[in-house]
Amino acid sequence: MNMRQSHTAVVERNQRWEGDFATEPYEAGWSHEAIFFVQILRAEAANSSSLIAVELQVQISPDGIHWCDEGSRLNFVVQQHTLDTPSFVRVSHYGGWLRLAGTVKDGRVWALVHLALKA
Amino acid sequence: MESLLANPRLSRFDPLERILCYDDFDAGLNGWTGLIGNYEDSLDTMLPDYQDLRPPMLSNLTMWDTGTAGSMEGTYALKLATRPQAGGLSVGIKRHTFRALGQVQLECYFAFKPEASELKLGEMDVRAWGVLFDVQDGNPQGRRWMPHLRYLNAERGQRRGRWQTKPATRSVQPIGGSGKTVSHFHLGPEGWENVPGEPQLLCYNEIATKMNWHYLRIGLDLKRRAFTGFQCNDHTFGPEGMHCIELPAMANLWCMLNAAFWVEADMDKRAFLYIDSVLLSGEFAQ
Repeated sequence: MNMRQSHTAVVERNQRWEGDFATEPYEAGWSHEAIFFVQILRAEAANSSSLIAVELQVQISPDGIHWCDEGSRLNFVVQQHTLDTPSFVRVSHYGGWLRLAGTVKDGRVWALVHLALKA
Repeated sequence: MESLLANPRLSRFDPLERILCYDDFDAGLNGWTGLIGNYEDSLDTMLPDYQDLRPPMLSNLTMWDTGTAGSMEGTYALKLATRPQAGGLSVGIKRHTFRALGQVQLECYFAFKPEASELKLGEMDVRAWGVLFDVQDGNPQGRRWMPHLRYLNAERGQRRGRWQTKPATRSVQPIGGSGKTVSHFHLGPEGWENVPGEPQLLCYNEIATKMNWHYLRIGLDLKRRAFTGFQCNDHTFGPEGMHCIELPAMANLWCMLNAAFWVEADMDKRAFLYIDSVLLSGEFAQ
């Protein structure tokens, strides 16, 4: 039996996001489908009453250098505490590279991002 | 040996009598994973240098100007990629144990390059890449020892081409509050010593998107806790003047035999190390 290959990469671990950012390029040309899981380990709001807005979009690339929006988005808000439940976005038919690009408004967060790939 | 020569995938290697593992990355990452520092209760307890070692991935070596090259044998290679920061590191590690204090040998076919993000040669943009082992004897009177070998390609934009080993790690730090966890960072830029001999110049080629595969073979003697020498393409070195980190044995590492590759950026540009395939062999009784 040909078992399907799969691999989960931790593309960000306890990484601070504030303002605009992008995750590092990850090569995924061998795989057919992907899920980005995003967890927020810690959050600091700009002021105690504000919600932190996390806006992410999946980007794809022909070469790992030049990037364009794939169209899938993942937006959520975080209060001043840990968000244990992962948020996720699914993609398929993406060519050779994947990353998340985004922005964090009204605060900063520390993120854990898993990229689950399957051939 | 005759059967090895008849196998086109293995005939390019010179293994010792028993093959412990042969990893061709056309069949997945085969146990090579990212390196993380030790922690207790919170990731924030990890030593800062361990926080962001970038993980391995599978690459088909696609270039912006020529498309996909594939690996030396097949399509995929293990790829390590740093962040685009001088001093950035990416590490891939595979963890085994050993069954006898014999000879061990690692062979691989590798290539290294900076990201082709500029239309420039970039031959000084990768600082270094290397292979390390993390080994511990199987008894409490034994030692932990960590042979590190790196190829220092360039430093602050100057060509070096030197093979180096590392005789000492940084001090061992307590982690968390249990008293059971410690950590020490052993991949810092300090303390590397040149392996005796002339610099070795490798085939960088003429633009950043042309990749040539190189051969590397490293030998260890687990009983003597020492390198037995190494070969890169047409050059052989050591074992004279090759040093290893040594530490007291630690509580939960008996018979450990880990191997790791890493790559380090010298500029604010991603540095890449590609491993087509790796073969670990040994000499030990049945």
